[in-house]
Amino acid sequence: MIFFWAFVIGGIICVIGQIMFDVFKLNPGQTLTILVIAGAVLDGLGLYEPLIDFAGAGVTVPITSFGNQLVHGAMQEAEKHGLIGVVTGMFEVTSAGISAAIIFGVIGAILFKPKG
Amino acid sequence: MADKKKKNLPPDAQEYQTFHDKREVKRPILKNCIKAFLVGGFICFIGQLITTFYIYFFNFTEQTAGSPTVATLIFITMLLTGFGVYDRIGQFAGAGTAVPVTGFGNAVISSAIEYRTEGFILGVGSNMLKLAGPVIVYGVFSAFVIALIKTILIQWGGL
Repeated sequence: MIFFWAFVIGGIICVIGQIMFDVFKLNPGQTLTILVIAGAVLDGLGLYEPLIDFAGAGVTVPITSFGNQLVHGAMQEAEKHGLIGVVTGMFEVTSAGISAAIIFGVIGAILFKPKG
Repeated sequence: MADKKKKNLPPDAQEYQTFHDKREVKRPILKNCIKAFLVGGFICFIGQLITTFYIYFFNFTEQTAGSPTVATLIFITMLLTGFGVYDRIGQFAGAGTAVPVTGFGNAVISSAIEYRTEGFILGVGSNMLKLAGPVIVYGVFSAFVIALIKTILIQWGGL
């Protein structure tokens, strides 16, 4: 069942992005930035974790999960160290997406040649 | 085009703008949304397959399996981007490939490959995050503000 909801919820988030492209005429950079902030706000309100339980990869794969993980890391560390933790814990949970993108970016640049 | 912007233009340009607005091709919004839904949903479905794999074989939980899933998807994106397949899917699917984390990966990896001709330090190194930069910058900043407010509410507001 979770496969079905992953498909549907993930698809709906992409449709929201497409509407931002077509109806509000935003460029991809603006759209993705707004979605990341939306993810951060949702986690701040405590709504993102139940969504993950419900739709699995449907909400962990779209870029919104990036905002969710940033807030999550910050809050985890804030519980231990108070306000300082908000700054130091930021990347604690998120690292996978950014490090994977950088690592595979460099590997890609070594392996592939730009196409004309 | 907003009227305010029009007023600052010379009359010829205003006329042209009106002409341009009339002739502009309307985007097929519904069709684009369906494509985005199907492709985006399909990527998340694959993500769920990978998530399930990590949960069963590597003892991740539903909440923590997101990270290795994202890393795996970005690896697949690297191959698709390198062979030039991702752009072709992207042209068809619009936001369906841009919104999942694979779009973030594609933005980083394609700029890395593109700037390779300018060298690895100044080319790849400094241009890689050009497109993905805003996402990281405003993601971090908004997360900071939200976590700050929440921490203050919890510590002094007794939430």
